[in-house]
Amino acid sequence: MKAVSYMTYQEKKSIVSLISSILIFAAYCLYKYPQYPEGVMESKEIFHYWGSFVLVLTLVSIAAHIVISIIFNIFFRMTTGEKEPSFADELDKLIDLKAFRNSFFVFILGFLLAMGSLNFNQPSKVMFIILILSGFLSDVTGSLTRLYHYKKGV
Amino acid sequence: MSKSLVGNYIRKLRFDHNEMTQQQLADKVGVTRQTIVALEKGNYSPSLELAFRISHAFKLPLEEVFFYGENSEER
Repeated sequence: MKAVSYMTYQEKKSIVSLISSILIFAAYCLYKYPQYPEGVMESKEIFHYWGSFVLVLTLVSIAAHIVISIIFNIFFRMTTGEKEPSFADELDKLIDLKAFRNSFFVFILGFLLAMGSLNFNQPSKVMFIILILSGFLSDVTGSLTRLYHYKKGV
Repeated sequence: MSKSLVGNYIRKLRFDHNEMTQQQLADKVGVTRQTIVALEKGNYSPSLELAFRISHAFKLPLEEVFFYGENSEER
């Protein structure tokens, strides 16, 4: 019996999730970063800017991921004639746990770096940039871990 | 990632059981088709519970569906 090699639903979904995370983050940063209040030193305005940066980015990411996931499922059904899995079984849960562990590790590393930057008297801007980047990288790490384990096994 | 040490004869057994599809087996044992694909490729060692459910689906004892280590006895 010849083994048929193709990408499974989960592999495709991990790739879509990875690409959409990168695109959403890049597009949002390009839109929002020019609005940074230049010339203002550690003021309320700066903290307001970073607060809104993180909150809006979180909301935009969630909304975009939901929309992209719906579009992906429709596209998947149309192209393969197959329905997407409606539940997560033991393999999915195991891979999710591994992805969460790696993603958490990256975020904690970023968090410690961000705190370290304050310790070394860096401006708050550096701390916020490291925090936001670590959030983004932890998301990417999660998607890459999922892709790796769905492809290579657990 | 190295191949799982727990091997199985699922692919052969499916064909011996009226050419059962991966989806049919997945529905019988309560997992997604992708998990059956991973099992057949040797990319995943199932939980003991899933291993028993698969054996029951084929109405065979566990050791006739799964083996540990090298597959010395080709079915």
